[in-house]
Amino acid sequence: MSNLNITKEIRGLYAIWYREILVFTREPSRLVGAIIQPLLWLVIFGTGLGSIIEPGSVSGTNYQQFLFPGILVMTVLFGSLFFGLYIILDKRIDFLKEVLVAPLNKSTMFFGKALGGSTDGLLQIIILIILGAIFFGIHFSLFTIILTFVIIILLLIAITSLGLAIGSIMESPEGFGLISSFVTFPLFFLSGALFPVTKLPFWLKIIVTINPVSYAVDALRSVILGITSYGLLLDFTVLIAFAVIMVIVGTWTFKRIKL
Amino acid sequence: MPLIDIKNLTKKFDDFTAVDNLSLEINEGEIFGLLGPNGAGKTTTLSMLATLLPPTGGNALINGFDVIKHATQVRRCIGFVFQDPSSDDLLTGRENLYLHALMYGIKNSEINKRIDEGLKLVDLADKQNIRMRKYSGGMRRRLELARGLLHSPKILFLDEPTLGLDPQTRENLWKYIKKLSTENKITIILTTHYMEEADKLCDRIAIIDHGKVVALDTPADFKKSLGGDLVTIKTKNPELSEIEKMDFIKHVQYKDGLLSLTVNDASSHLQKILEKVGEAENVELRSPTLHDVFLKLTGRHMREESEEGEGGWMTRSIHSGNK
Repeated sequence: MSNLNITKEIRGLYAIWYREILVFTREPSRLVGAIIQPLLWLVIFGTGLGSIIEPGSVSGTNYQQFLFPGILVMTVLFGSLFFGLYIILDKRIDFLKEVLVAPLNKSTMFFGKALGGSTDGLLQIIILIILGAIFFGIHFSLFTIILTFVIIILLLIAITSLGLAIGSIMESPEGFGLISSFVTFPLFFLSGALFPVTKLPFWLKIIVTINPVSYAVDALRSVILGITSYGLLLDFTVLIAFAVIMVIVGTWTFKRIKL
Repeated sequence: MPLIDIKNLTKKFDDFTAVDNLSLEINEGEIFGLLGPNGAGKTTTLSMLATLLPPTGGNALINGFDVIKHATQVRRCIGFVFQDPSSDDLLTGRENLYLHALMYGIKNSEINKRIDEGLKLVDLADKQNIRMRKYSGGMRRRLELARGLLHSPKILFLDEPTLGLDPQTRENLWKYIKKLSTENKITIILTTHYMEEADKLCDRIAIIDHGKVVALDTPADFKKSLGGDLVTIKTKNPELSEIEKMDFIKHVQYKDGLLSLTVNDASSHLQKILEKVGEAENVELRSPTLHDVFLKLTGRHMREESEEGEGGWMTRSIHSGNK
């Protein structure tokens, strides 16, 4: 762009981000809903499956603790991908046009939206981590909590961008729901969030290995519980690449949005 | 140089041509109306001028900037009030204006002052901290009007500004739009399918049909061009050749059992006309409106025309049984 004005773009970015935060704080049901589901998984699924697994048999921890990083990833996956729905709702009321007609770069608009969605997700994760520390005996040091947030933020940016990309393409909320469950369920179940991946049959292992979300699960488990299959370096490389690619894909689809 | 210079603007969606080689020049300070039925291509035209849709052919210069090459500069000098609600329900009126101010790069020191002025202009200062969910349709439109003006654009686009509003709110909104034009010297381009709106607000009107400019004139000259009163008669077997011979009749059209005539001094000639019409179910006589201009130019009625009647109605029902 010939006369890109950085200050104006940053203020625009702030405006779009700020709107998401305002809206999020005014719909407490969004936050409550996003917290309840992972808690049910931890409490019911974790206890239920944990009761038939001998303590220590899953990588030397109890099953609930083993499950905890996977549930953090699940929260990001389901919550942040769903955030893409709001772009469809913005299309329905013409708020999206109001944004699109502003003298801002399209990438700025996309980034503001993606950061807004990521902030929403981060708030949910913070609450889960606090609950995890209090009720599920998860131990964090300052160092591990910082690393945890870095991993979560990378995943949030990737998944929010993916959700926004789907939202940019789809016309209806129903279509969005269909496509997003097609995307989220395989990404979740094939990430090792619920079970260790080391003893899987070969064909399943391959699928898990090409799923980028597996590396977020592995990285979190490595940081929080000290269990890793791929090593933190590979985990971070894959996650950074995943986030960058999703932002590029998201921006590309957002620029071609049809009103 | 015109403030807006549209040259052969075209938009095709697959096989369908929404805007077809449209050329227009709009001058500074004008209230310019694009009048036409739903689906005529008005909104598509506006969207292209506002850089929301890329044209598939032709081009337009807004304040000297090309809508294709200099989208950002174009956006800085325009304001847009959309046809459908475009503000966030969960935010207050003031917050919606604040976000707009940020997105348009208004200086921090000026934001509050501008928002206060805007709210005052549309009489919403007392409702500014209420969430938009609780606004009525008219209040919402007024807030969006203030928002469109917040960054002091040179040109304001209004897409069907009073669509779906009740008559009283509509007249109220016209008042605000007129006020803007006279006090702020802002150039306004609006689309409408309400004849009365175009007539009351616009300095000049382009009648658009099937993506083309059918005619361009001032509302007064449009009506003058019809040259006479309008008589519409519902009848089955008029003697068309006899009627066409009458020298006070300027224009004859017979379609779907409706005979439409343009007549000099219709009230004194009505008897002579009716003699040649045969059995008439219903007779209407009135002075011309823009609706009639549209009908004459396109041979079609505008949809929702029943809402339009504009003064001067003289309806006489003559039932065959009463003769």
